[in-house]
Amino acid sequence: MDVVLRVSRLDKSFGGLKVVDNVSFDVTRGSRTALIGPNGAGKTTVFNLMTGVYPIDHGAIELDGRDITRIPARDRVAAGVSRSFQNIRLMPHLSTLENVMLGQHAQARSIRAQLFPLGFARINKWAEQAREALAKARLEEYPGQVVADLPYGIQKRIEVVRALMAKPKLLLLDEPAAGLNHQETGELQKLLREVSERGVTLLVVEHDMHFVRTLCERVVVLNFGRKIFEGTPAEVNADPAVREAYLGSNQSMGEAGHAA
Amino acid sequence: MSGELEGLLVILCLNTIYAYGVFLPAASGQLNLGAAGFITLGAYCSAFVNSELDGLGVSAWMSIPIAVLFTAAVSFLIAFPILRTRGVYMVLATFAFAEVVAGLIINLEFLGAAQGMPVDAHMPFYGLAIVTLLVALFCHYLMATRCGLAMRAIHDDESVATLFGANVRMIRVWAFATGGALMGLGGALYGHHFNYVEAQNFNILLSIYILLYVLLGGTQTAWGPVVGALFFTFVPELFRYLGRETGEKWLEDGRFVAFGLIIVIMMVIRPEGVVTRTLLERITGGRRRQPASPAAAE
Repeated sequence: MDVVLRVSRLDKSFGGLKVVDNVSFDVTRGSRTALIGPNGAGKTTVFNLMTGVYPIDHGAIELDGRDITRIPARDRVAAGVSRSFQNIRLMPHLSTLENVMLGQHAQARSIRAQLFPLGFARINKWAEQAREALAKARLEEYPGQVVADLPYGIQKRIEVVRALMAKPKLLLLDEPAAGLNHQETGELQKLLREVSERGVTLLVVEHDMHFVRTLCERVVVLNFGRKIFEGTPAEVNADPAVREAYLGSNQSMGEAGHAA
Repeated sequence: MSGELEGLLVILCLNTIYAYGVFLPAASGQLNLGAAGFITLGAYCSAFVNSELDGLGVSAWMSIPIAVLFTAAVSFLIAFPILRTRGVYMVLATFAFAEVVAGLIINLEFLGAAQGMPVDAHMPFYGLAIVTLLVALFCHYLMATRCGLAMRAIHDDESVATLFGANVRMIRVWAFATGGALMGLGGALYGHHFNYVEAQNFNILLSIYILLYVLLGGTQTAWGPVVGALFFTFVPELFRYLGRETGEKWLEDGRFVAFGLIIVIMMVIRPEGVVTRTLLERITGGRRRQPASPAAAE
């Protein structure tokens, strides 16, 4: 199996609270994997550890065979991991195009690229690349618009496009469908499938189990910072540990996934 | 051009350059209340280097660039400790820096101490105007680059900017140092235009005004500082002029009361500054499509 992400024995404590406890899992290249679990299970923390928001206590993260455990946050995107956020974190004062072009930053580190006047030359390779990516995501309507004025569902998709501009090997999506209506979820699902077909590996934190089942082929379940299950979406509902995590012990009715 | 108008335009040019010096760090989310300190450094450095009698006697063609480099170097060095502070603490730290500079100069005999220092070479108005134009062009260019994009991104959300690969600390340090260099340039030009520098003229009130030009003008685009400087330079004069022309003495005497009120009102109705991205889009017609278009409504 071609592994693009290998997380081994990851530990993280905040003060006395162990939020990630000995978590290990692999993600196969080109796959779509979901990271699920009840609130407070440590899913977002795992994302933050992968992108270098917090330092890691113990353990290792390997991306495409390279150990990225100790490299600073700003270099991780160049190493091949980029992400979207649980709450939209586009830059409100930048236009759609500028937000997307920010995603290219790690590829434009040279002095020449940094001093290139993106804003003056309407036609340049960076802007073209960004426009193309927006068009692929069916977002070409709003290049010049300040993002703060755009609808929520559109902003969510712009976040995905911005993350894609970094040309990641691994795309981390933190609750991409949260707060979206049925139609917007459908649009997002379609976009993510296209992204996946282009060969980008997806790792998704999501509470919407229907979304997970239709998009992902593999599921990792966390509870209180520990991995309690790893398998296919079909198996996850039957697993007693997962059912207990979601429904409490002595509960046998209902479907674990729906409680999520 | 009447002498009075030229005098005002000189002030406008200087204010615009100062404002750009505060604008560059402000665009990346840092408030600098130490403008007077950087201006003092630039003014005295150029005056000293240029002075035949008390200093090195180097021509103004060299002394002004030397002053700019000197202020840039000082700004760069103090940027590291100052940028460790945030928000209102950064305001206080930059203010403290300006006070230290003023205190130092006043006690240095070879710079004329409290009496100030005459400046040899004269910079005429048209020279000032050209330099101001160049500074404005430079700042417009800088804000249009990827580096400028990163600055604006840092202003909005520095942790996300970091996650997309921006070196937040270095970008902030360079924005602060480049801003310091511009204020040093402004100070040097001030000295060469008025042919006299005096530390007391560069006081906290000046720092506050310059920060206000920038915040009122708007930190989102490079047009903000010009608009802010224009507003602050001309509105009080307008009141004076109106008061004189109409014979209504209260207009002239009360112009700072009215001016203060206008500032408060502007801050209430345009908290992000007069010039915002959205405003520019409306003016240039970049806002052709509203979010209510079919794709958004789907």
